[in-house]
Amino acid sequence: MGLTPRPESNVVSYDPKGGEGWVTTRLDFLVNWGRANSLWPMPFGTACCAIEFMASAAAQFDLARFGMERMSFSPRQADVLICAGRVPFKLAPVLRRIWQQMPQPKWAISMGACASTGGMFDNYAVVQGIDTIIPVDVYVPGCPPRPEGLIYGIMMLQEKVKRERAADPSIRHEMEPDPTSQLYIPPSAINELSEPFGNAVHQTRSGL
Amino acid sequence: MNPTVDALREKFGAAIQRADVVWGETTVVVERTRVAEIVRWLHDDPGQSYVYLSDVTAVENRDVEQPLEVVWHLRSLAFRRFLRLKALLPKGTPLEVPSVFPIFKSADWMERECFDMFGVKFVGHPDLRRLLMWEGYKEGFPLRKDIPLLGRFSRAEQLRQALAANPEARYSKEELSIADAFEDLPQDMRARLRSGEKTGE
Repeated sequence: MGLTPRPESNVVSYDPKGGEGWVTTRLDFLVNWGRANSLWPMPFGTACCAIEFMASAAAQFDLARFGMERMSFSPRQADVLICAGRVPFKLAPVLRRIWQQMPQPKWAISMGACASTGGMFDNYAVVQGIDTIIPVDVYVPGCPPRPEGLIYGIMMLQEKVKRERAADPSIRHEMEPDPTSQLYIPPSAINELSEPFGNAVHQTRSGL
Repeated sequence: MNPTVDALREKFGAAIQRADVVWGETTVVVERTRVAEIVRWLHDDPGQSYVYLSDVTAVENRDVEQPLEVVWHLRSLAFRRFLRLKALLPKGTPLEVPSVFPIFKSADWMERECFDMFGVKFVGHPDLRRLLMWEGYKEGFPLRKDIPLLGRFSRAEQLRQALAANPEARYSKEELSIADAFEDLPQDMRARLRSGEKTGE
């Protein structure tokens, strides 16, 4: 009836005269190459930085050139959280929840002065830098940053992604604050250190 | 001077304490217990017809002897008039004024914001809760002069308290609760929910 055995698909055949090329590479190099060039951003825009972010995504600057063709407005299908704008304390648990909803591997870009440090909003209502809530990979300075600045930050993030090694899984561990860690400073000590200057920007990010 | 002032003086007499004009805008200081009554008359009287409440807010002066002022901005669309009402709440007295919510539905969130920021209690408001700060905010009323700009607590404590908040907390009793609004849902949606279909989550 013409039934022939199917060709063995688990064997790589190589015919030097066939004209097909092949390469050897490191697996994590290949994976990182793929990841770095298809970062899907999750825009978390709260202020004027989001307008610059939209300008970056639009035709003139065109984030699609960096594999960010698809804006992911759901954290479940996103790779990189771009926090553009100031984050008030009321939004802090929301931002952390969104970060926790993103699947690994994931990265975060803090776009602009307010997201990075609280900026000019050194008052009772605004989080002094989103790195007090979530880990941040790249900080983009500016008020707001121009699209060139954001794109430079994205290219830095791509560099960072390309340098990850499969042999070092620690980079993907999500760590909760560890009171036994050498780096941990209890809140009471932070309060004491930050007196008399109320702005504890450089103090609250010690694992709290 | 806005001609409404004379009409107010004629109608309410001593309840109108002071009236002055700054940059063409008339400010009337009224007896604080009669605010609702006065606003009701301004709204209903066909000769005044102040049908638009554009703002409710408060002012606290840096001088601690000065009373806290609650301000209402009213606009008469028919007569193209603007009127600013003020009620003075001297320090040491309870910060209470009557709510104008029964007259203007738009006063709802304005009064809630004013309560949130200054702690002024609007007597008669049906749902006087915080609007901008989250439920359970413990540092007081942030626009009052006795609150430092950075708040009362340290940054670390502020962040700890903020992160302890539930992001799914309901900020509106009616609108966000499917369970409470069940009877208002369309028939087909009620049938689907009864059969055990999950919504969200």
